[in-house]
Amino acid sequence: MNGIVLAIVGGIMFFLGYRIYSKYLAEKIFRLDPNYVTPANRYNDGIDFVPTNKWVLWGHHFTSVAGAAPILGPAIAVYWGWLPALLWVILGTIFAAGVHDFGTIVLSVRNKGQSVGTLANKLIGQRAKILFLFIILLLVLMVNAVFAWVIANLFISNPSSVLSVFIQIPLAILIGYRVYKRKGGMLLPSLFALVAMYAAAVLASYVPALQIDLVRYFGGEGATSLFGMSATSAAFMVWIIILMIYVYIASTLPVWKLLQPRDYINSHQLVVGLSILYLGLFFTLPQVTAPVTNTNADTPWFPLLFITIACGAISGFHGLVSSGTTSKQLANEVDARQVGYLGAVGEGALALISIIAVVTFFPSLGEFSAVYSGFEAANESGLGNFVAGAAQLATGIGIPESVASTIVSVIVVSFAATTLDSSVRLMRYIISELGEEYKIRPMTKMHVATSIAVVSSTVLTLLPEGSRGFGSGGYLLWPLFGTSNQLLAGISLLLIAIWLKRQGRNYWPALVPMAFLMFMTLWAMAQQVIFDWSGFGETDTNMLLFIFGGIILIFAIWIILTAISVLSKNNQDGIPNE
Amino acid sequence: MKSLKQIFELYDEILSLPHKQEVARELRDEDDLFLLLLYSDMLGIPNPAFYYTLELYPYIIERFHDWHLRMGMDKSPLEGIRCC
Repeated sequence: MNGIVLAIVGGIMFFLGYRIYSKYLAEKIFRLDPNYVTPANRYNDGIDFVPTNKWVLWGHHFTSVAGAAPILGPAIAVYWGWLPALLWVILGTIFAAGVHDFGTIVLSVRNKGQSVGTLANKLIGQRAKILFLFIILLLVLMVNAVFAWVIANLFISNPSSVLSVFIQIPLAILIGYRVYKRKGGMLLPSLFALVAMYAAAVLASYVPALQIDLVRYFGGEGATSLFGMSATSAAFMVWIIILMIYVYIASTLPVWKLLQPRDYINSHQLVVGLSILYLGLFFTLPQVTAPVTNTNADTPWFPLLFITIACGAISGFHGLVSSGTTSKQLANEVDARQVGYLGAVGEGALALISIIAVVTFFPSLGEFSAVYSGFEAANESGLGNFVAGAAQLATGIGIPESVASTIVSVIVVSFAATTLDSSVRLMRYIISELGEEYKIRPMTKMHVATSIAVVSSTVLTLLPEGSRGFGSGGYLLWPLFGTSNQLLAGISLLLIAIWLKRQGRNYWPALVPMAFLMFMTLWAMAQQVIFDWSGFGETDTNMLLFIFGGIILIFAIWIILTAISVLSKNNQDGIPNE
Repeated sequence: MKSLKQIFELYDEILSLPHKQEVARELRDEDDLFLLLLYSDMLGIPNPAFYYTLELYPYIIERFHDWHLRMGMDKSPLEGIRCC
């Protein structure tokens, strides 16, 4: 079968989801009112609350939520065959992510633009807010560890991408400074920066001297290096330390200095990446060589598929963006449908092309099966396969494969670095907030909070041991990232359901995906914590993952119990729907 | 050609939304500090330039209400200005 068929089927389903289901949600469930005065209009302060054009807001929302995660998850999950991954991405986007992203905007808009954390406090109680903070803390910790691992991994496997990524930093600082001094807009300078980065990528692809290959510097693969570690392990450790020093600095600087101009350049990369991949698909028309379903899987798809693909099918992180910034800028309530639901569809489209890139990459089924030989192997090689698959699609528009793989690596690293920066910053804020909540004054200080964030993330990235020794354990964290993300999405859906119930409306469209997500998360975590990490049976004990997995499991059970008690009461407290 | 320009403008507006917001926030913080200096005499902090800053009174009075709300004071802290 041709890969483009998957894109067409996905496209049609997303279109129908938007046209039919989101319309039903808008009219019958959320009952959007064009005359409702949104917080952006009511509290217009020119900064946080600003009525914004719906297309501008949609673009901003989409670029905030799209990153490396919807690429990585599907690239691993195709291990179970293309059909399960495709179905979960499509149905998850239509029935879960769409409702979640759309619903959190509406919920926040109807509650003075407050964030889901504050609303959890109002609708469920004080304990829920603390629980919520802990889950976000866990999520950002996972994000930091996973994305630092992703970047270090790509720097080692594609050393030609390092130069471009590092060139971006001074360019971004220059642009940020220029804009701050009001010497002009960002569009042209950022396009120049992008061209400079890609020129460096092209050069580095052909000139080995420009490839910053730490493994080679440490004596090549197989050589013994620092502290008796292999060269690859030493390179991995050095990259992680460099990255962590960088994020420490990046997350303590004012955002306009580095973070925002870099985001701006990376937003171009999102457009470039999506265009290259979809155009490449159209011109190469590749055949799908992956199996429909993998009948010889060593790890069952149920329920792991639903946490392996989190972003791209449903992601709790979106709720933070929807209720944190987007809801404060919505000019008219009816725009929520387009901004929220279509934002989720955009993320789904990114996950869809990731699936297509990987399932069409291998020349034959045999080669696919050889690389995706087991779930652990899929976790380890998923990202590399996406880069190679995407590079192959890019050859369709005449880009040489070596250059294309460098550029795709640069794009993925940039996405991951943006996410890493913001999540370390977010972690810093949460640690400070918890410090205030529990009256631990040192934790409220910027450098103490940032140090806690950076050190704990470094430890979590470096400690888990994978099958290939030091540095290969990062992928073990992926299921943990998925579960904490789904848990967060579950809470947001629960808040939407409680709110709808208190309005006397049909709350099933929010409750069903919430129950589904919680069930899958609980099952997957219980399975991994008890059978894979506890040392029970034939597997080795993995204390670190056992503890983290155990915490997530307890939180999930706690939330379900809270949900049942809140939903079964006919409580009318904190009902606002102004 | 005109529609192409519109597309570029829309694209630029999408990407610069958070940056504009951040620069505006930075400027507002500077303004808030400036307003504190202007009101300092009324708040009991001696300000040698008080007679000159008083000339700015008609301009700052409009922004006074938002300012004291942002500074965490629900009611006007000054006897002389009763905005709420």
